[in-house]
Amino acid sequence: MRLAILDNGHSLVTKALFALIRAASRQPVLDVIKLVKYRADFYGVPMQGVTQEAMRGPSAWSVADRELMAAFVAKTNECEWCTKAHAAVAEGAYRDGARVSTVLSDFETAAIEEPLRATLRMLCKLTREHAVNAEDMRAVLAAGVSRDQIEDALAVCFSFNTIGRLADAFGFFLPGPKVFEAGAKYLLARGYR
Amino acid sequence: MSDIAKARKALVTRILEGDGTASRGQRRAAFDHTGFAEPLNTLIDKVTKQAYRVTDEDIAAAKASGLSEDQIFEIVVCAAIGQAARQHDTALAALEAATKKE
Repeated sequence: MRLAILDNGHSLVTKALFALIRAASRQPVLDVIKLVKYRADFYGVPMQGVTQEAMRGPSAWSVADRELMAAFVAKTNECEWCTKAHAAVAEGAYRDGARVSTVLSDFETAAIEEPLRATLRMLCKLTREHAVNAEDMRAVLAAGVSRDQIEDALAVCFSFNTIGRLADAFGFFLPGPKVFEAGAKYLLARGYR
Repeated sequence: MSDIAKARKALVTRILEGDGTASRGQRRAAFDHTGFAEPLNTLIDKVTKQAYRVTDEDIAAAKASGLSEDQIFEIVVCAAIGQAARQHDTALAALEAATKKE
């Protein structure tokens, strides 16, 4: 972490919570937890409200689809931390690691449903070029994606276009796969609250 | 469908208008990506466009310019959310245009 306050500037209560997490999980506390718990009223608490709704709120997309979109947006932003973290969640949710890895490798040729592929194509352009137009949206609608589903996918995109930037700017430490697997189990069981 | 409008508004209101160690003007400028001199302009520009290119030196330069870590924390958060919000707004407008009845 590039800011020492994000590593060790937390309140004593939060530091005690981290000690409990380390003891219970036998894993280090993920940097994303350190971020959302630092002066939580500024960023962590209001952002968790957005992310919980985007990732676990009512939607025609499954939790697995939304976690895949999160990993995909992260990959498009070249954010290795968020890509690995949310690929692990998507793999757990789908119970299908190959589906996730093939999408992240090349979503155009992956064996996925066309509505999901059209949505990922639009999210890729939005994330990479920072803009999309009505024609892009018509293409997604024509693939059978509803307007509500597009809005839901854009909510995921907003969350991960925020979180990925922070992970890279603050220099999150990249842990091994076991730590991400433990984090994925937690997110699937408890969500983002 | 999910609805992040209310939560997004609360988030943006908090970071821009609530208490902070950076001034409201600095936080707004970071959110809008406008009005910063170097070296902060480089940091904000990278956070906005290619965050994976941010380096230890970028953060060190921001500290050397006189900002505290808390101020940098707030400014980077505002820059990240500002760009994500602009992308989100652009996409929602495109969706509105695509579904508007002739």
